[in-house]
Amino acid sequence: MIVLRQLATLIAKDLRLEWRRRARLLVVLVFACTTLLLFSFALGRETELLVKASGGLLVLALLLSSTLGLAESFRVEHEDRALEGLFLLPVDPVAVFYAKTITNTLFLIVLGPILVPVALALYSVHIEPGKLGDFALIWALTASGLAAPGTLYSGMTSRMRGQDVLLPLLLFPLAGPLLIASVRSLTLLITGDAMDELGAWRGLLIAFDVIYWSIGGVLYPFVCEEGT
Amino acid sequence: MKPLTWQHGLGVLGFVLLVIGSVMGLTMAPPERHMGDVSRIAYIHVPTAWSMLLASTFAFGWALASLWTGKERFDDLLAGSVEATVVLAVLMLPSGMIWARPTWGVWWDWDVRLTSSLLGLLLFAGILGLRAFVDEPRKRATWTAVATIVAYVDIPLIYFGVRWWRSIHQVQSSPETVSGGMILPWRINAFAVLFITLWFIAMRSRIEGGKRQIEQAGEPQRIVEAIA
Repeated sequence: MIVLRQLATLIAKDLRLEWRRRARLLVVLVFACTTLLLFSFALGRETELLVKASGGLLVLALLLSSTLGLAESFRVEHEDRALEGLFLLPVDPVAVFYAKTITNTLFLIVLGPILVPVALALYSVHIEPGKLGDFALIWALTASGLAAPGTLYSGMTSRMRGQDVLLPLLLFPLAGPLLIASVRSLTLLITGDAMDELGAWRGLLIAFDVIYWSIGGVLYPFVCEEGT
Repeated sequence: MKPLTWQHGLGVLGFVLLVIGSVMGLTMAPPERHMGDVSRIAYIHVPTAWSMLLASTFAFGWALASLWTGKERFDDLLAGSVEATVVLAVLMLPSGMIWARPTWGVWWDWDVRLTSSLLGLLLFAGILGLRAFVDEPRKRATWTAVATIVAYVDIPLIYFGVRWWRSIHQVQSSPETVSGGMILPWRINAFAVLFITLWFIAMRSRIEGGKRQIEQAGEPQRIVEAIA
């Protein structure tokens, strides 16, 4: 019960921090939109190709943007040794991990309402209104699947030399299966699901989310024992 | 430091068995019905893949032991096992590609087995990268263990992926599904590569232990005296 109360307080604190530094969200959004534009340079002007690839390009834009947000999430906690102060209160490290993961998930989800319309416009994609709910669900599952291991790795690397290299080095291959499931799901929603495959890919996304969130909660206390 | 008598014996036995198994596979075993002599590369490729999966499983076990007991010896073994996984994956992928070119007509296919194997290689190589950036031995041990446990999530995908999804890569063979003459060279090479892997892990963990002792001992007295 105490952990849940700590979790709620920490989420409120992290959201307040994000709101006060909302310029960061804007910067990440601009970065994500730029990547969407750059992808279209690589693929050319062929509309059919862009439509087929749009799901993958959206997920890649989310992945690349996530490293910017995730890297910052723990860095700010080291100013004035805020994280050490939290642990001395004492706040349960599990509550700290899940609060950061939930905040990072929300941060990535919030990118969706801007990024998705931009991608739809740039790549001439049409999504049936009835599929928007599924689209949002896949986006949220991808965001939370990236946030859990990303938060764990960010906690490990936030005070290390070479964090900018290490976070993508560790996160990108780990997120591979999650990204494949997400790309397949979004592509099926955009281009049609004749073989009724969406449920299986969505199930895989949920499985990865459950695994990463569980492992992260178990392992983070060991990480912070050594001083993040 | 103790002499490495039994470990060297294991290495020598492994290399001798590898020569025997490979000669048998190349000259005495029957050619595969459809692929012909090309299939003989499997006498190296398959044992390498088995040992890679075993080495990553050893790494997972040492990671759990290192995290829960905090004993430095387990971190040495973990470092050796992670390196062995990377080396075996680097050997396995090109040997598979050499087999794939005449069999499938392409060097590479974005199939679940191949993709997850490449992701596995990158994941474990990332762990070695992480180790290189952490100077403090205790922190390095914890973070290597955490990253290994998280990375191990990918390993069941490599093994079971061919059963869970439609795959161009064949499912696992068994003595019932191959010709009788193929079984013995396969088994000999399986033990050969396993023994070499165990020897490699023992050697690398010994070197890691030595490096750690040097780090913990600090500057050698003679350097301090020379500066003074």
